[in-house]
Amino acid sequence: MEDLYREIIIDRYKNPQHRGHLDPHDIQFEDDNPLCGDHIEVTLRTDGDGRITEAAFDGKGCAISQASADLLMESVVGKSLEQVKSLGRQDLLDLLGIELGPVRLKCALLSLKVLKAGVYGLGESSDALVE
Amino acid sequence: MALDVARLRSAFPILVREVRPGVPLVYLDSTATTQKPLSVLAAMDEFYRHSNANIHRGVHTLAEEATTLYEDARRKVAEFIHAPAARQVIFTRNASEAINLVAYSWGRANLASGDLVVLTEMEHHSNLVPWQMLSAERGVELDFIPVTADGLLDLDVYQALLTRTPRLVAFTHMSNVLGTINPLADMVRQAHAVGAVVLVDAAQSVPHLPVDVQALDADFLVFSAHKMLGPTGIGALYAKAGLLEAMPPFLGGGDMIKTVHLRTFVPNDPPHKFEAGTPAIAEAVGFAAAIDYLKAVGMESVAAHEREIVAYALERLEEVPGVRVFGPTAEHKGGVVAFTLEGIHPHDVAQILDRDGIAVRAGHHCAQPLHEKFGILATTRASFYLYNTKEEVDRLVEGIYQVKKLFG
Repeated sequence: MEDLYREIIIDRYKNPQHRGHLDPHDIQFEDDNPLCGDHIEVTLRTDGDGRITEAAFDGKGCAISQASADLLMESVVGKSLEQVKSLGRQDLLDLLGIELGPVRLKCALLSLKVLKAGVYGLGESSDALVE
Repeated sequence: MALDVARLRSAFPILVREVRPGVPLVYLDSTATTQKPLSVLAAMDEFYRHSNANIHRGVHTLAEEATTLYEDARRKVAEFIHAPAARQVIFTRNASEAINLVAYSWGRANLASGDLVVLTEMEHHSNLVPWQMLSAERGVELDFIPVTADGLLDLDVYQALLTRTPRLVAFTHMSNVLGTINPLADMVRQAHAVGAVVLVDAAQSVPHLPVDVQALDADFLVFSAHKMLGPTGIGALYAKAGLLEAMPPFLGGGDMIKTVHLRTFVPNDPPHKFEAGTPAIAEAVGFAAAIDYLKAVGMESVAAHEREIVAYALERLEEVPGVRVFGPTAEHKGGVVAFTLEGIHPHDVAQILDRDGIAVRAGHHCAQPLHEKFGILATTRASFYLYNTKEEVDRLVEGIYQVKKLFG
C-alpha cells in the first residue's frame, strides 16, 4: 500500500517528462474514464519503419493515471507499433511497480487503452484492449 | 438526549476491525452504505436457521412464520415513516428500483407527450435517469430547479416552474453530496396547489431524520434499507393508497396476481400487486431489526448527534488551507461533507486517506450533473452516522494534512 504513492509516481505526476501535444503527429487518440472524468490524449510520431520516435500525453486526472501515462510514453519511444499492440496490463503495472485494486486499475490503464486504440486506428477504445 | 456513542459502537462488529495491522477503521462512508449492528445480523441469521421458507402460499408452520415475519417487517417500516397502513409500503430492491417502479407504472399510465416533470439539479442519478428514459420514450418534458452557489434549491425558480403546472415534482429530501436538507413540506404543499403529484427521494433522510409521510403529505416516498443499518437488496416505496390502487402492475410473476389463465391475469391488491416473485425475505427481517434499533436509539437523537458531528467537521475543515467544502451551512445540512483539496485529485485524496484506515468516497457520487454545475469532476466525500465520533473527524483532518504533505 505504501508503494502506491511511491516517489516515482508523485514525482512523475508533479514533473512529467512527456506531457504535451505533438503537432504535427502521425497518430492521435483521446478518451475519458467516465467513472472519475480522467482524460488522456496521446500523440505519436513514427519513422518510415513504423517505429515510434516521439510520444506525448496530455490530460487531467489523478496521480496514478497521469504518472502512468508519463511512464508509458517514455517506454514506447523506440518501440515498433507492432510491439505496442502486444503491450498488456502487466507491462504497465511493471512500469508503475505497484499493485492496484480494481477501481484504481482503470485509472492506471486509461493511457494504455488510449495508446493502443490509437495505434490500432480504432474509432473508439475498449477495455478489451487492456485485458 | 446525547448518544452514548462508545457503547453504541460496540454493537457494530466491523467498527472494531483494523484495516491493516495496527490501523483501526475510520468509517466515513455511510451515505454510500451503513454498517450493520449485531441485532440485524442476528435477526437474518436466526431467520435462515429457524424460520426459512417461502412466503404467502405455504400453509406449513415455517411458511406461516416466514410470512408473519415478512409482513411484520412491512408494518414496522410503515410505522417508522408514519404511513397510515402497512399496505401502502411496497418492498423493492432499493430506492432506485422504487423510483423506477413509479416511473414505469404511474409514469406510463399518467404522463404523455408535453407533460412536465420537475426535478432538481441536485438529484442522484436514480432520480434522473428513470425520468430521462420516460422522456425519451414518451416525450415527457423535464425541467430542473437550479442549485444556488451555497448549495440550496432556488425556490424562486421553483415557483416559476410551478406556474407551468407540472404533472409530477420529484426531488430529494436530502442531497447525498451537499447534505442539503430541502424544505420538503413547503415544496410539497406548493406542488399540490397546482395539482402536481410529488415523489420524494428519501434515501438520505429516512435514515438520518424523523420522517412523517402524512405530515409531509408526500404522494410517493422511497428509501433503501442498507443506508439505515439494514441489509442490501431491499428498499421501500411508500405511496398514497389511491395511487397504488389505480396504478398498473410493475413486474409480472408470482404473488402479484389473484388469478392467472393462459391468456389473461387479474392483478393482486396492493402491496402484493407490485411484488412479483419471491422477495428478499431475510432482508425484510433484517430491515425490521434495523428499524427496531433506530427506534430504540431515537431518530431525534440520531439527528442531533449528526448535527453536532457535521458542525464540528465543517469547523475543522475550514481551517485546512486548500480545502473547499460544497453545500450549505450546518443549519441546512445533514451529515455529509463533500470537498475538494486544491491541486490534488479526489481519488488520490481518498486513496491516501485509506492508508490511515479512513474510508471516504471519491468521485461524482452518482450526481454528475451537480458536479458539472459546480465546474468540477469529482469531490471527496466524508459522511457521518450515529456511530461516528469527533475523534474520527480529527483523524480525517490529520489525514488530509498528510495528503497535502505527500503532494507538497
